Amino acid sequence: MTETIVLRVSNLSKSYGGVQAVNAVSFSLASGELLALIGPNGAGKTTCFNLLNGQIAADSGSTEFEGRSLIGLKPRQIWRLGVGRTFQITATFASMTVRENVQTALLNFHGRLNSLVSLAERLYVDEAIELLARVGIAEQAARPCAVLAYGDLKRVELAIALANRPRLLLMDEPTAGMAPRERAALMRLTAELARASAIAVLFTEHDMDVVFAHADRVIVLNRGCIIAEGKPAEVRANREVQQVYLGSGSLFGAEHA
Amino acid sequence: MESVSHGKSRSESNEDDVNLREKHMIARRAFLLGTVTLAMAAIFSDPAAAQGTIKIGEMNSYKVFPAFLEPYKKGWELALDEINAAGGVLGRKLEVVSRDDGGNPGEAVRVAEELLSRENVAFLVGTFPSHVGLAVADFAKQKKVLFIAAEPLTDKIVWQNGNKYTFRLRPSTYMQTAMLIPEAVKLKKKRWAIVYPNYEYGQSATAAFKELLKKAQPDVEFVAEQAPALGKIEAGAVAQALADAKPDAIFSSLFGADLTKFVREGQTRGLFKDRVVFNLLAGEPEYLDPLKEDTPAGWYVTGYPWQSINTPEHKKFLAAYQKKYKDYPRLGSIVGYATLKTAAEAIRKATSLDQEKLVAAMKGLQVDTPIGRITFRALDHQATMGAYVGRLGVKDGKGVMSSFSFADGAKFLPADDAVRKMRPAE
Amino acid sequence: MQYAPSRLGRGNALPGTPQQKSIEPHLSLSAFLVQLLNGLASASSLFLVAAGLSIIFGVTRIVNFAHGSLYMLGTYIAYSLVKVFGGGMLGFWGGVLCAGIAVGLFGALVERLLLRRLYHAPELLQLLATFALVLIIRDFALWTWGAEDLLGPRAPGLGGAIDIAGRQFPEYDLLLIALGPLVLGLLWLLLTRTRWGTLVRAATEDREMAGALGVNQAWLFTSVFALGSFLAGLGGAIQIPREPAVLTMDLTILSDVFVVVVVGGMGSIPGAFLAAVIIGVLKAMCIGIGIGNVSALGIDFSFSKLTLVVEFIVMAVVLVIRPWGLLGRQQSIPRGAASVEPPLYLPPPALLKGLAAALLMLALLPLFSDRYTLVLLTDILVFALFAVSLHFIMGPAGMHSFGHAAYFGLGAYAAALLFKHAVPMEAALLLAPLVGGLGALVFGWFCVRLSGVYLAMLTLAFAQIAWSVVYQWDAFTGGSNGLVGIWPANWLASKTAFYYLALALCAGGVILLWRIVFSPFGYALRAGRDSPLRADAIGIDVRRQQWLGFALAGVLAGLAGAVHAFSKGSISPDTLSIPRSVDGLVMVLMGGIQTLTGAVAGAALFTWLQDSIARQTEFWRALLGGIILFLVLAFPQGIAGFIRERWDARKDAE
Repeated sequence: MTETIVLRVSNLSKSYGGVQAVNAVSFSLASGELLALIGPNGAGKTTCFNLLNGQIAADSGSTEFEGRSLIGLKPRQIWRLGVGRTFQITATFASMTVRENVQTALLNFHGRLNSLVSLAERLYVDEAIELLARVGIAEQAARPCAVLAYGDLKRVELAIALANRPRLLLMDEPTAGMAPRERAALMRLTAELARASAIAVLFTEHDMDVVFAHADRVIVLNRGCIIAEGKPAEVRANREVQQVYLGSGSLFGAEHA
Repeated sequence: MESVSHGKSRSESNEDDVNLREKHMIARRAFLLGTVTLAMAAIFSDPAAAQGTIKIGEMNSYKVFPAFLEPYKKGWELALDEINAAGGVLGRKLEVVSRDDGGNPGEAVRVAEELLSRENVAFLVGTFPSHVGLAVADFAKQKKVLFIAAEPLTDKIVWQNGNKYTFRLRPSTYMQTAMLIPEAVKLKKKRWAIVYPNYEYGQSATAAFKELLKKAQPDVEFVAEQAPALGKIEAGAVAQALADAKPDAIFSSLFGADLTKFVREGQTRGLFKDRVVFNLLAGEPEYLDPLKEDTPAGWYVTGYPWQSINTPEHKKFLAAYQKKYKDYPRLGSIVGYATLKTAAEAIRKATSLDQEKLVAAMKGLQVDTPIGRITFRALDHQATMGAYVGRLGVKDGKGVMSSFSFADGAKFLPADDAVRKMRPAE
Repeated sequence: MQYAPSRLGRGNALPGTPQQKSIEPHLSLSAFLVQLLNGLASASSLFLVAAGLSIIFGVTRIVNFAHGSLYMLGTYIAYSLVKVFGGGMLGFWGGVLCAGIAVGLFGALVERLLLRRLYHAPELLQLLATFALVLIIRDFALWTWGAEDLLGPRAPGLGGAIDIAGRQFPEYDLLLIALGPLVLGLLWLLLTRTRWGTLVRAATEDREMAGALGVNQAWLFTSVFALGSFLAGLGGAIQIPREPAVLTMDLTILSDVFVVVVVGGMGSIPGAFLAAVIIGVLKAMCIGIGIGNVSALGIDFSFSKLTLVVEFIVMAVVLVIRPWGLLGRQQSIPRGAASVEPPLYLPPPALLKGLAAALLMLALLPLFSDRYTLVLLTDILVFALFAVSLHFIMGPAGMHSFGHAAYFGLGAYAAALLFKHAVPMEAALLLAPLVGGLGALVFGWFCVRLSGVYLAMLTLAFAQIAWSVVYQWDAFTGGSNGLVGIWPANWLASKTAFYYLALALCAGGVILLWRIVFSPFGYALRAGRDSPLRADAIGIDVRRQQWLGFALAGVLAGLAGAVHAFSKGSISPDTLSIPRSVDGLVMVLMGGIQTLTGAVAGAALFTWLQDSIARQTEFWRALLGGIILFLVLAFPQGIAGFIRERWDARKDAE
């Protein structure tokens, strides 16, 4: 595993009507590393995430992916650079089978999306199946996405996100809406994939079990500012973090359990 | 067809989803089934060939213009009864195969094709709106089949777009406009305002009116021009805009609901006070009757004062019509009646159903109609049917043409040379 | 007496270009003021009808094509009631009010007996049902009230005019001007001060949330439909002193009302009022200006002609600038959550064999059929391609179009004009689709920026603008008469030869489009429809794909139009009119929007029905409407969808 920096964020800021949603956030992410972005509700996690993936424009600051600035790029341009995404609420193509979902992403990755003559279903079949096998749902390849269980949909999303052989994965609440056992399994899978393919993963997460079990590093946001950063154990020990999370119980639940 | 081979190889190649595929296999055989049903229906529907009768193909926009075309249908049905009661033509009974053309040229051409090829009609008659009439006329030219256009008013059907196979019964926009000109000239009004429905009929009427009036009265001024969309007049605004131009006189070619709205708004707003108004077609019962007590007295119009025409041929027609339908005739009734009479006369004169002979017979054909004898001019295939020109009045809460005279169509056509120049060579 | 029509000889001189210098283009202040009042008076009735449509759409999401018919019923019923009650103060206003109530009750009945059964059907199916109602109500009115226009009495005590700025202004119009804001105020009170109104607003903003609040949805929908219908009926009833009841007023008002609702923002009552005022006043101003001198072009132009299309120009401009209308809000979920598109599979071998057999049969048909069958089938082939091209953007691409005839018509006119300008027929046939595609490329650029009903209405606006240009440009397009003499080359003159041409081009076009649905491009379109968010996240430029898909559909619709032109020998503005667009919609929905073959089945069935029913009965329109209603209720998934379901069921049983 190399220690190359994939993503470098400096002084990223965004305000809405005077409220500083994200305030001078800086961090970096190395390939193969799983970085969790946590914080209480309204801390600016989602804003920060959407700034990174191009859905909203930053007021100031810079984000660099492999040395290239992402500022001003649209989500689809960021994807083209090698960034994959999953959503808090799964977004897949309901009228397609699981395999076709992945194939569609592969078609675009291979620059074949504007072809009018070839049959899409025949293209990149093996590659799609291989991706589905990697996330463990190859046997569901022919099922329409509309009938899949939620946990499986999350895996489909992951497979789609891997189609452009990303060096960076942005995962917004990857385990939201899943049963606890499934959560662990999905994050274990993600961690394996990240390490095996040297993918940097940035994810937001509510479930602290997931965070402390799988993240290599944790950043804690509060009111738009980073209040702590470090290994899970360090962050857990941080007093300010404990104060922020005081009363929620979730942060320390794992420790006492 | 490329996908046939692909579809096959696909189901062979991807074994992983074959089972699922079968479960969800979608058979869209609808296309096949639909086509078969359709073809069957088309093939086996009977041509309904009644032996011994002469079939005439009649088509019109019955559902689009019912106010005019219901009386029209009654008119030709009456004529059909009379013709067959008198023994038909050439010893055979006449049969009319009538179709609705939907008021759409594309549908009309298909209906014409159906009448010719499936019903084996001798020739075609009918149509109401100008664009449908022109389309069928061109179709007739292409098919070399006689077409007697009953209603369309457009000048083009016999002039710019005239052809060997098309003849037209009603007096055209130009003719009817010309019929109003003598009265307009007499009044020596200087400032004229014009309002017309914004499509070919209104445009032609306006162009002809300005042209002819200017020629007869060079100092005339046209001070306002309003062209509301057909059927969508903003009558209040139009009436006021016309009044603001302070015209001495108004020329209108509005009809139907547009006319009714215009009359009511104009009267409320005093637009017609101390102004003469000329309105093409407004004396036709189809457009006059809805006005009832609102009928603007004194307007100069073309129309059909059925109550007061005292010629023997009209009295006879009126009696027969009222007996059969317990209703009074409209102008459409006259047109329908005369159309079928013309068809019968053409066959009688041609003594054949051969298209060339029919066309030859139509040239100069004379037909007796309830409003006088008409001649289909060999020059341009236009009938010399006339119209009544007069002034509107109110009687017992109903609109009538109070003083009127008959304008013979033959007298309101351009000089022969001018016509020849307009008509393409055959 | 003989007149030499020197100018007539050169075709019709444009009446808007007179030589007189005496025309006064200036609108004096007093004239302006009174025209403003005229516009406001027109706006009131328009607002009433539009408010009804807006409320109905807001809550039920039904695009109610029958709203104009309800308006027409209001006028007719009011005419009859006032006749029975007498024209006194009580008789007149009682009649007007009762007419509105009667239409409201009728609307409630329609909702309970018909539309209720369709809420779970694929989207837009209610549109098909309401279209059937238009046909039925039109024939019902003809049967009940006859063909003659019926002008009602003047309002008692308000029959005269008063002097305003030296002009006679009708008293009744003053009443109308007051009525608009009054109804707006009452509606505002109803919607903000009552529990019912709160529920309506909640349902307008979020249908699912309203359901979660425990709203009795059935009762709410019925009452909303009743209120909307009442407003439409009342809007019609108050017209009786101003205009006659005529059978065409249903469609005449329908397009205007849709424009008002969309310009105002669907579901927004104040928006509808604002839009009605803007459009009413703008029309009055166009008329008031009369003939003006357009100095840039150096010609006189009659602004009154603009009334043909001004509302659609307003709509296009508003939608381009504000994609959700003036006071509308972005629709939270552009596509109903209930309408998850079913998966689309490559046709199984059995179906492909079936299609091949059908094609073979069509190819062999001329050997044993009569000429007319070929003529009818040529029409069906043309409309099948037209419908499939519409389905291509509505189904896989998820963009509803109410103005698809624009591209059909552009293709037809391009073919005709090229042919008229000495381009050989064969070349004209091949070039014309490109013009259709070019039109779609231009219009589509704006349309793909919108979604849902707004997108559909923008396509309609562009189609109407194209139509009005064709309709007005006498010198080039032949104006309202259209163009004649567009016959195929000699080798294609026989019906059989032309049938083969149509078969080759139309079936080829259909197969091409079907094929493209399964190509990567087709997948990209479906991806953009299913989840724009995900499509964007995997690098797909959704708008660009939609734009290209729109243009592609335009090319194929243009091809259909070009074949149509040569099959008929003539074309008229009808080829790009609203009814032609609606025909396309009906075909797609009848066949089943969720199946690929549906559009073909729908085109064949609809064309065949029109052809055969028109011969059977005088009231064929009502019969056609009845058949469509039956189909909608029996096969909400469409003909092809129904066959597919049965097939699936059989497969499962095996």
